[in-house]
Amino acid sequence: MSSLVYFSSVSENTHRFVQRLGLEELGIGVHRIPVRRTDEFLRVDEPYVLMVPTYGGGNEGGAVPRRVREFLNDAHNRSFIRGVIAAGNTNFGAAYCIAGDIISAKCQVPYLYAFELLGTAEDARRVRDGLGRFWQRQSLISA
Amino acid sequence: MSPTGTLKLIDRVTAINWNRLQDEKDLEVWDRLVGNFWLPEKVPVSNDIQSWHTLSDDEKLMTTRVFTGLTLLDTIQGTVGAVSLIPDALTPHEEAVYTNIAFMESVHAKSYSSIFSTLISTKEIDDAFAWSEANPNLQRKAEIVLEYYRGDDPLKRKVASTMLESFLFYSGFYAPMYWASRAKLTNTADLIRLIIRDEAVHGYYIGYKYQKGLAKLPQAEQDELKAYTFDLLFELYENEVEYTESLYGPLGLTEDVKKFLRYNANKALMNLGYEGLFPKDETDVNPAILAALSPNADENHDFFSGSGSSYVIGKAVETEDDDWDF
Repeated sequence: MSSLVYFSSVSENTHRFVQRLGLEELGIGVHRIPVRRTDEFLRVDEPYVLMVPTYGGGNEGGAVPRRVREFLNDAHNRSFIRGVIAAGNTNFGAAYCIAGDIISAKCQVPYLYAFELLGTAEDARRVRDGLGRFWQRQSLISA
Repeated sequence: MSPTGTLKLIDRVTAINWNRLQDEKDLEVWDRLVGNFWLPEKVPVSNDIQSWHTLSDDEKLMTTRVFTGLTLLDTIQGTVGAVSLIPDALTPHEEAVYTNIAFMESVHAKSYSSIFSTLISTKEIDDAFAWSEANPNLQRKAEIVLEYYRGDDPLKRKVASTMLESFLFYSGFYAPMYWASRAKLTNTADLIRLIIRDEAVHGYYIGYKYQKGLAKLPQAEQDELKAYTFDLLFELYENEVEYTESLYGPLGLTEDVKKFLRYNANKALMNLGYEGLFPKDETDVNPAILAALSPNADENHDFFSGSGSSYVIGKAVETEDDDWDF
């Protein structure tokens, strides 16, 4: 089994992008990292690609949302990450989508895709197709 | 019609308590804005004096006019726009964020003045301000936005404000990115990038508050506001095209700037929760401009369309976060 784990704040930007992907139709499970610390902690037991928004600023501190850092601090969760997709805004210059760079380097997984804000129809198509092929290839490698 | 007109922030004076948040986004954005705080004095624009003198007269004229136009918009946003949002705020924390936004817009307006005083003679500055007061498209742009700021609909005010933050500045922002891509006026571009970064947070936040308000309305009113948003975008876009022509026409850059406009118009719509309007082949911003805006944007972060043989790992980034456990 394979899945997508994502974080989206109360602005719901990333959530809306995920909704447009229709991943369930491809047999890819979707799990959302809870927004609040008081919500139940998410534990995953299958390989996943992580999708996160980059919190915008001029520095790297706080670029990865805190709930995502907590999720990855859990060694069990971290052991299943296979790739990362980041959202951001080019207005943040060199820090554009830098959450993807940070997670990719820390977890040693490929940085699969970057998109802006809610993503375009083209972004949604490429991510959907790309994830389908990615998991197909992964299953061939592990078989 | 004023759907949230009955919502009054306070009917008695209440002290702001940051330990009791009704919307956690307020504190998050406040922290982000404070963390991003800057002043123009930190950017050594005077290092651009030599570079300025390599520009032709037409190029200098375009650049000077661009900055007067931006000064006008930031003046509106600082003294009228962001301030007009304050009475509509649903929480005292939201009010506080708007006061921060209003102040930073005044910092932006002042920044252009520091660029002017460094690079341009008093006579040239006066001429450019006279031009900005006489340019019908610039005046029209200001009028359209001001009309909504003075209107009685809080959500329409947020739409107009998001359009300003996320779309209307970009006919101007193109110029310093253009110069940076040619290794000219690079310190000025650094200063403008700080402004561009701020506008992203402003547009995101005001757009988010619009969506929160919108979600409380019946579907018919939501549809009406969506139609209004797209109508306003078209009206502003048509005006922007003419404004762009008046600024960049003599240099043959109009078409290139228009792509940048449409790209940012889409982002303004996304900040308001709508999908972009202009298709991909009309928003393919010149890669040199995009790279000047974000050196990270032209890196290949599309593993999917590659052969799959290259295994791209993000470059190591030192984070300042102390709560990573590994």
